Amino acid sequence: MKKQTATVVITTVVTLVVIIAIFVFLMPIIGPRYLHPLMMGNQSSPGGLDTSTSMLSENGLFRVSWNSDPVSPPLNQIHTWTIHVETADGQAIDKAEITVDGGMPQHGHGLPTSPQVTQNLGNGDYLVEGMKFQMLGWWEVRFLISANGQSDTVTFNLTLE
Amino acid sequence: MKRNLLIVGGIILTAAVIAYWTASRSTSWSEADVVTLRSLWIGSLPPLLEDPSNAHADDPQAAQFGQKLFFDTRFSSNGEVACATCHQPEKMFTDGLALGVGVGTTTRKTMTVIGTAYSPWMFWDGRKDSQWAQALGPMESAVEHGGTRTQYAHLIDEAYRADYESIFGPLPDFSDRARFPDVAGPVDDPIARTAWDAMTPADHEAVTRVYVNMGKAIAAYERLIVPGPSRFDQYVQAMIEGDRATMQSTLTDDEVAGLRLFIGQAQCIKCHNGPLFTNNDFHNTGVPTAQGLPADDGRASGVKKVLADEFNCLSQYSDADKNDCADLRFVTVDGEQLLGAFKPPTLRNVAETGPYMHAGEFTILAQVIQHYNNAAPGSMGHTELEPLHLTVTQMAQLEAFLRALSGPLNVPPELLQAPR
Repeated sequence: MKKQTATVVITTVVTLVVIIAIFVFLMPIIGPRYLHPLMMGNQSSPGGLDTSTSMLSENGLFRVSWNSDPVSPPLNQIHTWTIHVETADGQAIDKAEITVDGGMPQHGHGLPTSPQVTQNLGNGDYLVEGMKFQMLGWWEVRFLISANGQSDTVTFNLTLE
Repeated sequence: MKRNLLIVGGIILTAAVIAYWTASRSTSWSEADVVTLRSLWIGSLPPLLEDPSNAHADDPQAAQFGQKLFFDTRFSSNGEVACATCHQPEKMFTDGLALGVGVGTTTRKTMTVIGTAYSPWMFWDGRKDSQWAQALGPMESAVEHGGTRTQYAHLIDEAYRADYESIFGPLPDFSDRARFPDVAGPVDDPIARTAWDAMTPADHEAVTRVYVNMGKAIAAYERLIVPGPSRFDQYVQAMIEGDRATMQSTLTDDEVAGLRLFIGQAQCIKCHNGPLFTNNDFHNTGVPTAQGLPADDGRASGVKKVLADEFNCLSQYSDADKNDCADLRFVTVDGEQLLGAFKPPTLRNVAETGPYMHAGEFTILAQVIQHYNNAAPGSMGHTELEPLHLTVTQMAQLEAFLRALSGPLNVPPELLQAPR
């Protein structure tokens, strides 16, 4: 009985080891698709990335939100955004100076274009022209906002798929 | 004991067979993969976008006229060079050479015309921002067509007056050769330039307007040169329709493995994205300087040229409203990322359009893939590449996939030859 159990355990272990060995051996051919996602590395964007479109600026001075036209930022197509700026307690800010910046943190490059705020639309809304994303993946878009004698930065994350 | 050995041996063999079978059977695509494959599929190519800078872009008569100009070698200094000299329809509108050869030899590889209607930037460095403005560059280049715009205006007058006037209205009277010399234009050649400088601004404009309209007619023709479906597209279509049998008969296992690498580990899709397999932007991929040529800073100079170009979207010769010129108005003018950056060409029909890179630095696809795998730093700026760690087998699979991107053009045959 004891000997039989040992045989079963040994054969099971041997079978498993052989299967694993073969997968490892075939890895260069089949690619890493049988690996656990955790072992695939940081390929698209870090887990738990905050992609909210409305955020408080870094020092909590402004609440900023963005809308894109078209609604989902398109790939390889120049388009416009509208951003809304208000105080932390919800008062629209009408006289803000805003500059736009951004890029792909994982590739160490900036935006392909130099977008600018070209119109103050009133009620805290501002038109951003010249937005463009030319690669799939994780992008950062940063707005430096100066209003009421104070400046603060807000950084949005978005993922193009 | 012998029996035990036999049993263990049998188990090992069974395990091996099971493992090999699971690993080698074709696996299905994830949901995210399907979205990605669809984005590359030719069915995702939108209808031709309008070209607001060219009021004649969609005029069939202009396209017919443009086709005549495209194939006419008289528009050159030696009567032997046409657009079609380098953009040969039977070679996917390229020439098979490392460097373009007109009346002289250029410093760049000829890019294809196919699908350029979708690109906001023309040439490797994007120094032109429309098809019509692009067409006018080589015509006055000393090493390409080598001619001048007064020469071309006279030729239009003599050979194409009716064609021209039916589209663009009356042709000015160029008969006074003192006012309109045979050879004059803002070109490198000192004699032609001196003659040009002696002309009045009004005469400059009359000649240049005709020259611009030639470009707009050529662009109306070139807009129609678009790619057709490849085996890859048939595969994606079958995938969308859930037709596994067609999928399996359309691409081989190696090609599918190459496709998986293309959108995954090899990261080709970062820049070669969308249904034309290019983002039409500019990237430094560390391409070595071609032998015998000076280092090329690519987009860094290209962006300055397009901003200064007399034929850009914001120029007096463009039909566009300022609001239609967003790509030019919000272009990035400087920065490290422009240095040594070049436009990724479309990968459709890539197997037929070698040599490769901006100066034909690599002769065959395998060399290109090897370059991306090694990610050696280039001669200028910072390469965006990182080593890919692909095996020899994987590189071969990637190449097999690239070869599956070949397909006939979606163009009527009469447009692929000189008009009768």
